[in-house]
Amino acid sequence: MEKDYEQLFTSDNIATKILGYAVLFLMFVSFLLIAWYAPIERTMGLVQKIFYYHVPSAWVAFLAFGVVFVCSILYLTSKDRKWDLFAKSSVEIGVLFALIVLITGPIWARPIWGVWWTWEPRLTTTLILFLIYVAYLLLRIFSGNNERTARFAAVLGIVGFVDVPLVYLSINWWAPEAQVHPQRIGMGSHMQVAFFVSLFTFTLLYVYLLIRRIRLARVEDAVQDLRSQQM
Amino acid sequence: MKQILAILWKDLQVEMRSKESLLSMLTFGLLILVLFNFALEPTPELKRQITPGLLWITFLFSGILGLNRSFSLEKENMAIHGMLLAPVDRGLIYFGKFGANLIILLIAEFFTLPFFLLFLNMPLFQHFWWIIAIIVLGTIGFVAVGTLFSAMSVNTKMREVMLPLLLFPVSTPILLAAVACLREIMAGEPFDTYQQWFTLLAAFDVIFVTIPYLIFEYVIEE
Repeated sequence: MEKDYEQLFTSDNIATKILGYAVLFLMFVSFLLIAWYAPIERTMGLVQKIFYYHVPSAWVAFLAFGVVFVCSILYLTSKDRKWDLFAKSSVEIGVLFALIVLITGPIWARPIWGVWWTWEPRLTTTLILFLIYVAYLLLRIFSGNNERTARFAAVLGIVGFVDVPLVYLSINWWAPEAQVHPQRIGMGSHMQVAFFVSLFTFTLLYVYLLIRRIRLARVEDAVQDLRSQQM
Repeated sequence: MKQILAILWKDLQVEMRSKESLLSMLTFGLLILVLFNFALEPTPELKRQITPGLLWITFLFSGILGLNRSFSLEKENMAIHGMLLAPVDRGLIYFGKFGANLIILLIAEFFTLPFFLLFLNMPLFQHFWWIIAIIVLGTIGFVAVGTLFSAMSVNTKMREVMLPLLLFPVSTPILLAAVACLREIMAGEPFDTYQQWFTLLAAFDVIFVTIPYLIFEYVIEE
């Protein structure tokens, strides 16, 4: 088991490579499905297609921050360096996908709502979530790569995630009339196929990026160890 | 309980002798008010609209000043080690620091309030006790997370900058609930209209005190 774990993060691990190519292939398939297989939505038109990237990105962002939350708890209870690397890697991916959500959202909103942005519960929650984890990254940058930083980051990983439902709840009460974000979308079967393939692809992409990022984090760690031995 | 009070009393004594935090917070709060006046040139109507938000922005910004000092004092002379060596539960240290920060910020807020009355001509004394209750509840939640993050940010390279970066996004729910309550009170609405917000604010306080209390030991262990 331990050996399998070590194996996964070596540069020439065959399973990781296959996963990488599978993601590449699926991305291509998913693009074809979105572009040609899924029909053009009747009222919203072509711009609705951004939904196939927007929603899976949001899912990956929340998944990534959920992983950070779990790994942060595991780190604080076990003090196993492994969990810190997981959390650290997952945050970066989560922030990236949250940014994609925040960019694709307004592109869709401008023609549909007539404005780029509205202070609506989902939008605001995503923005605040994004800011919390950007602060997480800054915290890591500003306090160096050591055990204490790992502890601080884990604390923020827990507090930040617990904060999400509170933010959502309070903004929902703040402006209930502003709830304009589509809650669920009526999809035809063709749309569903395109959507779920895209969702699956993005999830695999997350797993792949996470593995690669953890490998990088392990290399960074090894370099740091070597440096401190040289001192 | 005795241990909590000992830490609390120590911090208050330091503050009473130097008055550094209080004076800087007060002056800073006053400055924000002056700046806002020039930036917005509020009409009486606009004043009514912005006062609840402005009040909390002022408190949050001056609160950051006090919270930043809270642990930098401990760090300066390695005083934190003394506290860690004491046979005291780490959670109690948290409550001690939290209590002291809370009291200092509340005092600063109390002295800032008259300026709102003076400059914005707001009827703050009409529902005085309700306003005080909201301010206390909002400050509890803000200081509770703030104390936790202040213990973290003091150990980073960009100390003073790091704290607001961590604290502001996380404390948004508190700010929203507190502003909502204050808005209704100042509009002279009965308690029923903001009862929900009031309960929510109290619930946030419970969460925001409990989680830092449970997690604090991981922040200060060396």
